[in-house]
Amino acid sequence: MESDMEWLSMGKWSPYAVGMGIGLLSCVAFLLSDKPIGCSTAYSRTSGMIERLFRGGIVAEKAYYKKFAPSIEWEWMLVIGIFIGGFLSATLSGQFQTGWVPVKWALSFGDTPVLRWGVALIGGVILGIGSRWAGGCTSGHGISGTLQLAVSSWIAVLCFFIGGIATAMVVFHVLIP
Amino acid sequence: MLKKLHEKNGIQLGIGLVIGIIFGFLLQKGGVTKYDVIIGQLLLTDFTVVKIMLTAMTTGMIGVHLLRSLGIAQLHPKPGSLGSAVTGGLIFGVGFGVLGYCPGTVAGAVGQGSLDALFGGVVGILIGAGLFSEFYPKLEKRILSRGDFGELTWPQLFRVNPWVIITPVSFGIIALLVWIETSGL
Repeated sequence: MESDMEWLSMGKWSPYAVGMGIGLLSCVAFLLSDKPIGCSTAYSRTSGMIERLFRGGIVAEKAYYKKFAPSIEWEWMLVIGIFIGGFLSATLSGQFQTGWVPVKWALSFGDTPVLRWGVALIGGVILGIGSRWAGGCTSGHGISGTLQLAVSSWIAVLCFFIGGIATAMVVFHVLIP
Repeated sequence: MLKKLHEKNGIQLGIGLVIGIIFGFLLQKGGVTKYDVIIGQLLLTDFTVVKIMLTAMTTGMIGVHLLRSLGIAQLHPKPGSLGSAVTGGLIFGVGFGVLGYCPGTVAGAVGQGSLDALFGGVVGILIGAGLFSEFYPKLEKRILSRGDFGELTWPQLFRVNPWVIITPVSFGIIALLVWIETSGL
């Protein structure tokens, strides 16, 4: 039994096996839920729910929340699921470990948590604005949109990588002397 | 189509959760919940992200269009405009390069214990999404509606059967992946 389940505790799977798995999972989502896999609207809805705690029902009147109601729905549950799935996978392979500073970051910028936290926070804010501006993220546009051959998604994902590669190059090759 | 199942809200929340768990499991096993792997891709030294995305896209493209041909699934392409996809895409890219996670992988990264993903990434994305909702009415009028092309797909644009696009795209991606592997990336 133990050896049969060994693949679940492996540290890494082939990217092609993972990719095929995600592709098939997309098919299941279309079939069972009539929905493409996506993540970023869940953050908008959560943000709206938090805002409602402070400002009350008036938040639902905002134009954006009329489009994406601040409530728990399919995609929101999906993002919670990603967290659980990531935890299960990391725990089974013994990779679960709390830490503030990733290795590659530490090698270039040192292991001070506050610097990494500050930069990650700024990156997160820009990412949050960008994903809503583009109408999707690496999942919604990058995988689900491109596989539907949507023109908007092909353009968006190209721009994700142009912006991402340029930024990473500046951060790691220009800012570090 | 499984219309009755699609309308059962409670069951749908459960299906969303299960699909999310499998998705998160796959992302973590693929290594793409790790900052080092994502930044390696953006620095063009590690092609794991591209390999996973292209394989997922090709598998899903063939599968979803087969389901559609069988009449048991329908497409939901996102509407778009140049103002939204290009401008938003580039802003997203900057955030992607600075944070080193995306909105999906950041949740998996939190699951594996990455605190920068939780207190930096998730908190930041929530703030960013909130700011966007604040400025949305003005952005909508001035930028997001520029160059609007709606829910357009490549087969619609070229007025061809989807398989006329799917076939060469699939072979092109497989050739690209073979080239990536043989050049040792």
